[in-house]
Amino acid sequence: MSEQKIVDYEFKPGFKGMAKDTGSDQTMFKGVHWGKAMMWIFLLSDTFVFSCFLISYMKGRASTPVEWPNPSEVFALDAFGVPVPLLLIAIMTFVLITSSGTMALAVKYGYERNRKMCGWLVLATAIGGLTFVGMQAFEWSKLIHEGVRPWENPFGAPQFGSFFFMITGFHGTHVSIGVIFLFIYAYKVFAGHYDEQKRGWFTTMKGDYVEIEILGLYWHFVDLVWVFIFAFFYLW
Amino acid sequence: MEDTKKKEQTSTHKIGIYLWIWGLLFVLSFFSYMVDWYQFQGLLRWSLILFFMFLKAGLIMAFFMHLFWERYALVNVLLWPMTAIACFVALMVAEGKYTLFSRLFYFFVGG
Repeated sequence: MSEQKIVDYEFKPGFKGMAKDTGSDQTMFKGVHWGKAMMWIFLLSDTFVFSCFLISYMKGRASTPVEWPNPSEVFALDAFGVPVPLLLIAIMTFVLITSSGTMALAVKYGYERNRKMCGWLVLATAIGGLTFVGMQAFEWSKLIHEGVRPWENPFGAPQFGSFFFMITGFHGTHVSIGVIFLFIYAYKVFAGHYDEQKRGWFTTMKGDYVEIEILGLYWHFVDLVWVFIFAFFYLW
Repeated sequence: MEDTKKKEQTSTHKIGIYLWIWGLLFVLSFFSYMVDWYQFQGLLRWSLILFFMFLKAGLIMAFFMHLFWERYALVNVLLWPMTAIACFVALMVAEGKYTLFSRLFYFFVGG
């Protein structure tokens, strides 16, 4: 928390409170750590990036006269010789939601200063994310093997491949970056950096469990984007 | 002292709420998978997909990302810009239809 004095901090609900906060001639997001506010602003900009991808996919799919590949068949996986539609995607969704839940609990235990619990949960989240990336790599190699390319594919409209690789690739990059940071933060939690208020590498900010919440915001956002990709790309 | 008290007020919640939301997310994901499993088509399909999608997104943002407990000043700064996306979608739906029409008209009918 910043040391500067904030007067009239009392929480007032609804738009009245918002008008009071906004017009207070002080910091606008009262009681919100600057890192958290910045992460939210970043996530908002990232939302626009992903919307642009998904909207261009919508436009591309709506404007082609060629039959669009049926995602239910393209992403089917053989289980015991029977093709199950979207099997891998369903598992990936469940893995990501599981890791999102462990992250939410990690934030909670972090604020309760439960170092061990928080560390294990962050580590579990990292492993969940890693599993997700691994399954995505498997999915990509399977589709590339079947002849899906950004410019052509054996199932239908050639645009399918470019949208698929672009959208899931960009999301997978986000997951991978998240996994790297989750491992780093799991180490930092276990090492007690947040209990000792140890300063980070690039900042003079004192270590605090709020950093786990900031990381959590990023991770939940990755899950949030997957909700939209799952609905629009795989189910539609 | 007062500061730490306020901080705790805004950031820790009972574990039950997280577990409930977690469970709900699993159930909703299962339902949206069932939409594909039973191969619903047409209006029913995409309205169900959108319904489950927005419900899941709302739950994640409200409870996992703590927006439900944040002050309105932050919540509104984050949510209002997203209406621009809805606007963009509407524009591109019209554009997509026009492109499809032109392609059919000039490539297949011959102008």
